[in-house]
Amino acid sequence: MKTVVIGLNHKTADVELREKLAFNGQKLEDGIRQIRELPEIRETVIVSTCNRVEIYLRVKDVKKAFEAVKDFFVRFFEIKREALDNALYLYHDMEAVRHIFRVSSSLDSMVVGEPQILGQLKDAFEFALERKTTGVLLNRLLKKSISVAKRVRTETKIAENAVSISFAAVELAKKIFADLSEKTFMLLGAGEMAELAAKHMINNGVKDIIIANRTYETGCNLAKEFKGRAIRFDDYIDELAHADILICSTGAQNYVLMKGQMQKVMKERKNRPVFLIDISVPRNIDPGINDLDNVYLYDIDDLQGTVDTNILERQKEARKADDIIEKEVETFKKWLSSLDTVPTVVALREKAEAIKKEELEKLLNRLPEIGEKEKKAIEGMAGSIINKLIHAPTVALREDSEDRDIMIAVIKRLYGLNGEDDDEK
Amino acid sequence: MEVILFELALTFYFAATIVCVLELFKGTSTTSRIMFSLVVIGFALHTANIIARYVLSGHIPIANLHEASSFFAWCIVLLFFYLEYRYKPGLLGSFIMPVVFVLMLSSSMLPRKIEPLSPVLQSCWLGIHTVLAFIGDAAFAMAFGIGIMYLIQEHYVKSKHIRGLFRKLPSLQMLDDINYRLITIGFPFLTLAIITGALWAESAWGSYWRWDPKEVWSLITWFIYASVLHVRLTAGWRGKRAAILSVIGFCAVLFTFFGVNLLGKGLHLF
Repeated sequence: MKTVVIGLNHKTADVELREKLAFNGQKLEDGIRQIRELPEIRETVIVSTCNRVEIYLRVKDVKKAFEAVKDFFVRFFEIKREALDNALYLYHDMEAVRHIFRVSSSLDSMVVGEPQILGQLKDAFEFALERKTTGVLLNRLLKKSISVAKRVRTETKIAENAVSISFAAVELAKKIFADLSEKTFMLLGAGEMAELAAKHMINNGVKDIIIANRTYETGCNLAKEFKGRAIRFDDYIDELAHADILICSTGAQNYVLMKGQMQKVMKERKNRPVFLIDISVPRNIDPGINDLDNVYLYDIDDLQGTVDTNILERQKEARKADDIIEKEVETFKKWLSSLDTVPTVVALREKAEAIKKEELEKLLNRLPEIGEKEKKAIEGMAGSIINKLIHAPTVALREDSEDRDIMIAVIKRLYGLNGEDDDEK
Repeated sequence: MEVILFELALTFYFAATIVCVLELFKGTSTTSRIMFSLVVIGFALHTANIIARYVLSGHIPIANLHEASSFFAWCIVLLFFYLEYRYKPGLLGSFIMPVVFVLMLSSSMLPRKIEPLSPVLQSCWLGIHTVLAFIGDAAFAMAFGIGIMYLIQEHYVKSKHIRGLFRKLPSLQMLDDINYRLITIGFPFLTLAIITGALWAESAWGSYWRWDPKEVWSLITWFIYASVLHVRLTAGWRGKRAAILSVIGFCAVLFTFFGVNLLGKGLHLF
């Protein structure tokens, strides 16, 4: 049996194609059933997220399965076959195992280390389990991929550092303040990025939220959304004395906060530290303010700079993660090949038992006069002869050796165990 | 016996210091646990050593420079446990254990003989005065380590170089809080040490204050820390300035402790 991954992701297919091939809602329900019913396929799991569509399979013949799945895509999503040519990738056997481990550990993600993919993978697995489209191989593989992902998360720092501007701002705030839950946060202005950063700050538990907007009504609406307090824009400098964290994003073409003003604010604050985040372009806060003691001013480039270093660090950690995955792939390989020997061991024992039964019957029919005691003794002897005979080959099969495949073939041949399809077991 | 205890304690502190320095470069939760256990074992041996010396000599073992350095280090480790328990600041050990080790090492190189106390020192004040002084000094030593940590972290945040120790060091606010807390511990102890010292001087020599170098330097130290607290409360000198002042203050402490003994002449010479 062979493990196969057929799929496409953000690296091989553009958004348009990914959207077309997404399995959502009813499509997933129908898709997984139809794929499972293809004659080439034994087990299947479908993972469909906005960055990837992947199908995990157990098949007998890789090439046939690939063609069958391609045909299925063309039919199911009504697209041209050519569109798939460059987008689809195919991994089989250990390559496939490695790929699934890398996906679950978020090494294959657009943002390396992002945590969502593991949850999405778990959901996909559960969905397949409920529909009974998986079997011994994919069950084991998917469970393993979840535990590998957890191992990577705890043993490397792959998910530790912020890789988005708004998270970077929160991370910095936590290195300036010991406890955000006693801090006051002020949002000056509005804008998509500013609001996102504000949301992250608020999710991290700041105590009070002050919103200042040039249009007071907009401010009030935002205040409602964030459960904060709206103030008039012109009052913000007075209020700044109470705010520990400020995110500033106004459309102003010049500085709205000058060094002299900030000096006054700091006096009023008794020098309690303040974290200013200026994500407006052009900048709204006089950069000279960063020279003041206990004032930490970051503009959008500074934040981007920290994000860049974090991304570099994640890449370093990703290399460590790959080493872990390599070891796990090895372990999985061993398990897989031990699985190969199971049917042969069973067949060998069955064959021996059959011979024993047949010969005993023959003998006992010819000797009707013997008593129970003698009968038992003969049966016992027959049992120990077959046990001793199949003991050595069984041990040899179970041994974890390089030439296990040859061993299986030889034993099948020697004992005449052919004709059975392992996959059906 | 007490010699073996001392050497063992020194060895464990040494091992802990090595682990602490390693932690700066390649720290995991395992290295911090190893470091902490090493310090705990070292501290237990150290405590046993101090008790053994007390039993042998019959007085509190702070009568010569060897014993004083050793006791100083002991107080610092005690405070280290307190801070670890109360705040759990990352990397504190890396900044404190080297200080402990240097104190213990210098202690190990000083004459260790237990000699009978000179008559002047035979007083209940010996224990009270010296213990107060050393607890105060230990708090200042700690504030020094924390101050250095603050200055490093502040540099990272201010210069926007988010790398190196930035992630492992605690937040600026926590460091500043601990620094302030330590000085509010150290200052009353120093004050009491000076007062008990004056009382002792009165009973031993008949005058409260004799402008002995140690007394003068203690007073200078006292003024430095008094001003640290004063400007913090009145002018809001917190953060960086408070950290710098606590570094300067500790230099005065060190000079009072070693400098005066080694260079000067006076009543406090051991």
